[in-house]
Amino acid sequence: MSFISRGFSGRRRDDADSARIPPGQYVTSDFPVLSAGPTPHTPLDEWTFTLRGAVDEPVSWTWEEFKSLPSQTTTVDIHCVTKWSKLDTTWTGVSVDTLLDGVETSAEYILAFSDGGYTTNVPLEDVTGGKAWVAYAFGDEPLHPEHGGPARLLVPHLYFWKSAKWVRGLELRSDDQPGFWETYGYHNYGDPWQEQRYAGD
Amino acid sequence: MVTETPRTRSIVLDLPGWPGHRAGQHVDIRLTAEDGYQAQRSYSIGSAPEDDHVVLTVERLDDGEVSPYLVDVLRPGDKLELRGPIGGYFVWEESLGGPLLLVAGGSGVVPLRAMLRHRAAVRSGIPARLVYSSRSLEDVIYRDDLAQLADDDAVDVTFALTRAWPEGWTGHRGRVDRKLLEEVAWPPVAPSLTYICGPTGFVEAVAGGLVELGHDPAGIRTERFGASGR
Repeated sequence: MSFISRGFSGRRRDDADSARIPPGQYVTSDFPVLSAGPTPHTPLDEWTFTLRGAVDEPVSWTWEEFKSLPSQTTTVDIHCVTKWSKLDTTWTGVSVDTLLDGVETSAEYILAFSDGGYTTNVPLEDVTGGKAWVAYAFGDEPLHPEHGGPARLLVPHLYFWKSAKWVRGLELRSDDQPGFWETYGYHNYGDPWQEQRYAGD
Repeated sequence: MVTETPRTRSIVLDLPGWPGHRAGQHVDIRLTAEDGYQAQRSYSIGSAPEDDHVVLTVERLDDGEVSPYLVDVLRPGDKLELRGPIGGYFVWEESLGGPLLLVAGGSGVVPLRAMLRHRAAVRSGIPARLVYSSRSLEDVIYRDDLAQLADDDAVDVTFALTRAWPEGWTGHRGRVDRKLLEEVAWPPVAPSLTYICGPTGFVEAVAGGLVELGHDPAGIRTERFGASGR
């Protein structure tokens, strides 16, 4: 139930964009940074990416091996639960489909895990079929640490807290395990088009 | 409404049915124009759970869409649509322990003041230090309240003024740098709890500085606003 805020007129948006903006969001040309704690800094010669959990055996790549995998460049809109949306962002990285190629699993969920202890959960079908990447470049540049570099998960169709910064791997699971923000009151799934920001939405 | 500084205003809210909140949480405010256009933003609660009213302190951003309305247009008697309280991580209560280091950049002081008022209200013996960075003395929000917390409730308050300071100023001059952090932070060898809130550049510098000084990243909680500029 909403009412009119006396004297508020707001900033009008370009109609061409408004269909791309989920409810409650505004477009920014900046790139805001949000985090729960300090930015981790893992040296690249110590960095690995691992698939573990509901697999016959864990699969791991070093940074060199990871960068040698077939990569894709994609341009997508991203939506943060803190209300900002950024349109036409370009990322380069490895599709999660590529990472899972040849990996047999009965898992239905993944739990992404990152340096610093961050985790986030996503149904497996939401990171496969061309919907997710592990991205290591933003625009023309290597992904900056503040924005999750050396690599972050990228799942643009969900609120951006699901695109785990400083990602180090995916745990494949048959059950859904709520991640960091999900246990602190944020929505378990996080669809921006249904405005699923907080638990119970 | 209380004008705090030239750029900020505190809004005292009457919220029937408010379930209470934890120090550090925020609310989401939604504004609706006559044609149905809506804008939503989040604002930290500056009051303690024990205070009589929920208080939001808002800084007017020059290019803001909601903050200029809240600071310049809203007046007593107006209605505001809000949702909350929100946030489960950037909160403090006594059970989380200490000693506490709170580091504020500009309007980042708002949720940290809620924590200090809560600490005073429950008469917690947990040691607390506040480092508060502002452009100048006239930009310091809650100045009297913080002075009172310093006197009555044994909070160590250090002000850092980055652009202008009065003659004879004995507080810190310039940005919160590594040297200041080394002086005010709790010894890294023992556990402590740090909350940093402010613009992202500020938070990055302070959090990074503390980690370099040997503090456990797991004991540092951050809340940021603004762009990275990259």
